[in-house]
Amino acid sequence: MTKRVAIVGIGTTGFRATTPDVSYRELTYEAATKAYVDAGIEPKDVDSFVSTAEDFFEGYSIADEYSPDQLGAVLKPIYTVPGDFIQSLASAYMMILSGIGDISVVQGLSKASNMLSLSEMTTFAMDPIYNRPLKESPHAVAGMEMARFMHESGATREQCAKVVVKNKRNALDNPLAGHGVLIDSDYVLNSEVISFPLTQMDISPHSDGAVVVVLAEEKTAKTLSDKPIWIRGIGWCSDTPGLETRNWGEAIYAQMAAEMSYKMAGIRHPRSEIDFAEINDEFSYKELQHLEAMRICRKKEAGPLTETGGTEITGEFPVNPSGGCLGVGNLYELNGGHKVLEVVRQLRGEAGKNQLKDITTGLAQGWRGVPTATGAVAILSN
Amino acid sequence: MEITEKDVAHTTSKLRFDDIKKGKVLSVKWEPKLNYAWDNGPALGRYLAELKNGRIIAKKCDKCHRTMLPPRMFCELCWRPTGRWVYVRDTGIVNTWVVSYVDWKAGRLNIEGGVRPFTPAIIEIDGTSKGMGILHLLDEVDPWKISRGMKVKAVWKPVKERIGAITDIKYFKPVK
Ligand SMILES: [Zn+2]
Repeated sequence: MTKRVAIVGIGTTGFRATTPDVSYRELTYEAATKAYVDAGIEPKDVDSFVSTAEDFFEGYSIADEYSPDQLGAVLKPIYTVPGDFIQSLASAYMMILSGIGDISVVQGLSKASNMLSLSEMTTFAMDPIYNRPLKESPHAVAGMEMARFMHESGATREQCAKVVVKNKRNALDNPLAGHGVLIDSDYVLNSEVISFPLTQMDISPHSDGAVVVVLAEEKTAKTLSDKPIWIRGIGWCSDTPGLETRNWGEAIYAQMAAEMSYKMAGIRHPRSEIDFAEINDEFSYKELQHLEAMRICRKKEAGPLTETGGTEITGEFPVNPSGGCLGVGNLYELNGGHKVLEVVRQLRGEAGKNQLKDITTGLAQGWRGVPTATGAVAILSN
Repeated sequence: MEITEKDVAHTTSKLRFDDIKKGKVLSVKWEPKLNYAWDNGPALGRYLAELKNGRIIAKKCDKCHRTMLPPRMFCELCWRPTGRWVYVRDTGIVNTWVVSYVDWKAGRLNIEGGVRPFTPAIIEIDGTSKGMGILHLLDEVDPWKISRGMKVKAVWKPVKERIGAITDIKYFKPVK
């Protein structure tokens, strides 16, 4: 029988537009300390660590070498995943399944405020022969995807704007969130055009922060935690990098990652077997696109469901009750980490004013952002 | 940065510098803009501020009693916050060093023409725990007369030229 693995500790700094008082070292140290206290362990109890870092986001080449100290991982097994936090979570999960140890730790960090040339860095991720000579803005890539998705799904700009209004409203009641505001759809629709149909308010502002999560094998998990949150399924997937050849409408990477996690979790009907989701909404339309890709909504249904309040905290299927990337901030490689954190807080009943009632299963989804087509999904249950 | 004849000479491809220069092959020029404004935080921040003052500051762990340089807010081995700030000396001993004939871009220094080889060293600073210190340069010493355990002292830039950086120390030189 496959081992069962649970999340037994979470720690975070919370998420703010800037964190000028601390370096990445103190930021992670705070999140790690909280996670270890939460799990009732010390770093010496941990068998293996996985950190999450992208060299160009940190500003060092081989940035992973700077991970151990602030995580208590010096002279311990550790490696870094240059992807989304949920891909790191999958690594740490597999370490336990493979018998490397009973306890593993996942870390992620965002110091987005320290990146002064974000747009240029993202453009640098595009193919140097096919794409870069044309000098597209990264937001143009998102805009093209939004246009294609709207065409295929029938979703409207108004429905996308509703995602922004909802998530930023949810963030107001989340003390961890840095970008909560009360606005209406007109505010979003009339905000500055970036790459039409994408406007300024459709784009998540960035945030700094750190998240550390402690995983444990079933027996250990039950001794450590009164409220272990079980990893029932996990999946990840990448579409082709080619901007010319990928599927622009449907976010296939999210679909395949979700199906992989559903299969592992034994889920056939995600809408009825999952109670809520924290999913990537780095751009407003992404929330709708991901909902349909992951079969939480049927094709063409995500827009109308959002419009009628179905994805509100009080709705039939709450989506991003934490405020999502739009309300919490774009955390880059940490985005999936924030989603996992919020699903765990909900399932433990620790989500404060945004607490959902009668929930047993939540979905956390990460996407690596423009110009990638890589995503990962985790199904968690209490 | 322009591709130079030397860059091409270093590759194992059949490409000749002329092919690039005369546009016979497609070449893509892209200067990545990678600008960062790293937040120092309290440990690195104070370390740099004290360098500007011409002093070296470390931080102590109350559990393992290490005096750590560069200073840090937590002890990575004991997993607890560090305690007192302590000033340490600007002298130390050479742990290891190298006599380097190439610069950081792997370009050869004109040693034959009289250029002094680079002599970077790990310097264990007096007052810190064993194995703690500063990576810096040695100068005012014959590169071939450097020895392990040699006593050295910081040579500081004039006060007005200091900016709060590791280069506020120009180099370390031998002392008796
Ligand atoms: Zn110590």
